[in-house]
Amino acid sequence: MNRSLGINPIACTGHGICAELLPELIRLDEWGYPILPADPVPDQLQPLAKRAVRLCPTLALRLERSSR
Amino acid sequence: MTPTASAGRHRQASAVLATRLSANWEDSGRPASLQEHLARFPYGPPPRIADGGRLIEAVTQAGLTGRGGAGFPTGVKMRAVADRRGPAVVVLNGLESEPASAKDKMLLGRAPHLALDGAVLAAVAVGADEVDVCLPRNAGWLLATMHNAVTERARAGIDPVVVRLHDLPHGYVSSSETAVVNWLNGGPAKPVATPPRPFEKGVARRPTLLANAETLAHVALIGRFGSAWFRRLGTQDAPGSMLTTITGGVAATGVYEIEVGTPVGAALGLAEPHEHVRHVLIGGYFGTWHDLDSVGTVPLAGPALRKLGASPGAGVLVALPPGACGLIETARVLWWLAGQGAEQCGPCLFGLPAIADDFAQLAAGRPHGSPLDRLDRRLGTVSGRGACAHPDGAVRLARSALSAFAADAKAHASARRCLYAYRGSSQRAHVLPIPVPQGTDRWR
Repeated sequence: MNRSLGINPIACTGHGICAELLPELIRLDEWGYPILPADPVPDQLQPLAKRAVRLCPTLALRLERSSR
Repeated sequence: MTPTASAGRHRQASAVLATRLSANWEDSGRPASLQEHLARFPYGPPPRIADGGRLIEAVTQAGLTGRGGAGFPTGVKMRAVADRRGPAVVVLNGLESEPASAKDKMLLGRAPHLALDGAVLAAVAVGADEVDVCLPRNAGWLLATMHNAVTERARAGIDPVVVRLHDLPHGYVSSSETAVVNWLNGGPAKPVATPPRPFEKGVARRPTLLANAETLAHVALIGRFGSAWFRRLGTQDAPGSMLTTITGGVAATGVYEIEVGTPVGAALGLAEPHEHVRHVLIGGYFGTWHDLDSVGTVPLAGPALRKLGASPGAGVLVALPPGACGLIETARVLWWLAGQGAEQCGPCLFGLPAIADDFAQLAAGRPHGSPLDRLDRRLGTVSGRGACAHPDGAVRLARSALSAFAADAKAHASARRCLYAYRGSSQRAHVLPIPVPQGTDRWR
């Protein structure tokens, strides 16, 4: 199943841990908030993406069914 | 406005005025009482809805779209709420937080019962037993008007549903659907992350239909006269009439009811613009600036404006008068918008002030570094990253100003000062209104 990264922007407080754990997909803007790719997470990165979701301190990051 | 014999229209010098919602508005100069409303030609009494599905069908056939910002098809919205389980709720959203718009307040202040008719009809159609009328707390006269209207209806016993009045904080984002629902549920009037959307889980976790005053007034008329009648005005893909608020460099500031699809220039003509007006803001503070030479003949309708990246929004047209600077006007609005966010999402909370600051440097002709390059980058990162569309709207406005006033922007960016910015404050023509700050009770 295609899954992509999503975020609850209200919950996110910009810890930046996701970008540390998953620099292949996530970069931070100049204020420290993550910029997510719209494309589905490639298969080989799925475990790392799951780990980033699990370790998000505010539970803002999530993997959701891809819209594309 | 002259009343006409059939909910029809009559020719003015430059455009066609419609008189559907605005029929006999100026008869008494005060809100129409229930008795006057029921006797008012051509409205007559509201229809009894035996079959709610038929009203939804009629609204869908009519092609009515929300007359607020998003322009979503109202029939689809009604159907989505009606198809959910359990009793629903209808919200008449009368907050109209757009500073350049006055049409919903005008409508409620002249024909309060027309919008209430629509809300009650919609409630019966979608299976709601409750209508919540939401009004801005700072508009005392409007609260009094609607209180009178609701009391009259309760005394007459004409409505099969309960109608409640609420006064909400009037910040820019507080009028968005999820913010209104959140407030009605006891929370702050701030947008919340979706899903669930209000049609799934809204007021008291019930499926909830929200529509603004004008949209519900159209529903009231479709309930009376049907979809074919509604489609007699407007275009095939954008039918009906619409209320528009025309201000700025015009002699006759006001709310005008026009056919949807009236060319922008002709609509502006109703308000007698200054002959040297060159630019117009379409939609409101989430709207877009355009050169009148290129947009004058474009229909004021969703489908036609979408091709230009624009939207009728709340039906706002602001003519930029000669002597005003579009960049300064935009900088003022961006600064205000930066402070109007719900302070929830980082990209908006930090991004909009940064963008407003870049714009202020540009407008004043006092750039630090290269504000155009910074704006190019920042406008690209902030859009689409909030829980609501607040950052997207501000970005749209900023981008359109940089494009419509491209030559000015370039000159200001190279530190050539804007002549208008340095005129004495007494002569400075500020055009776009900036609301006074709210008190301490900003969100609740």
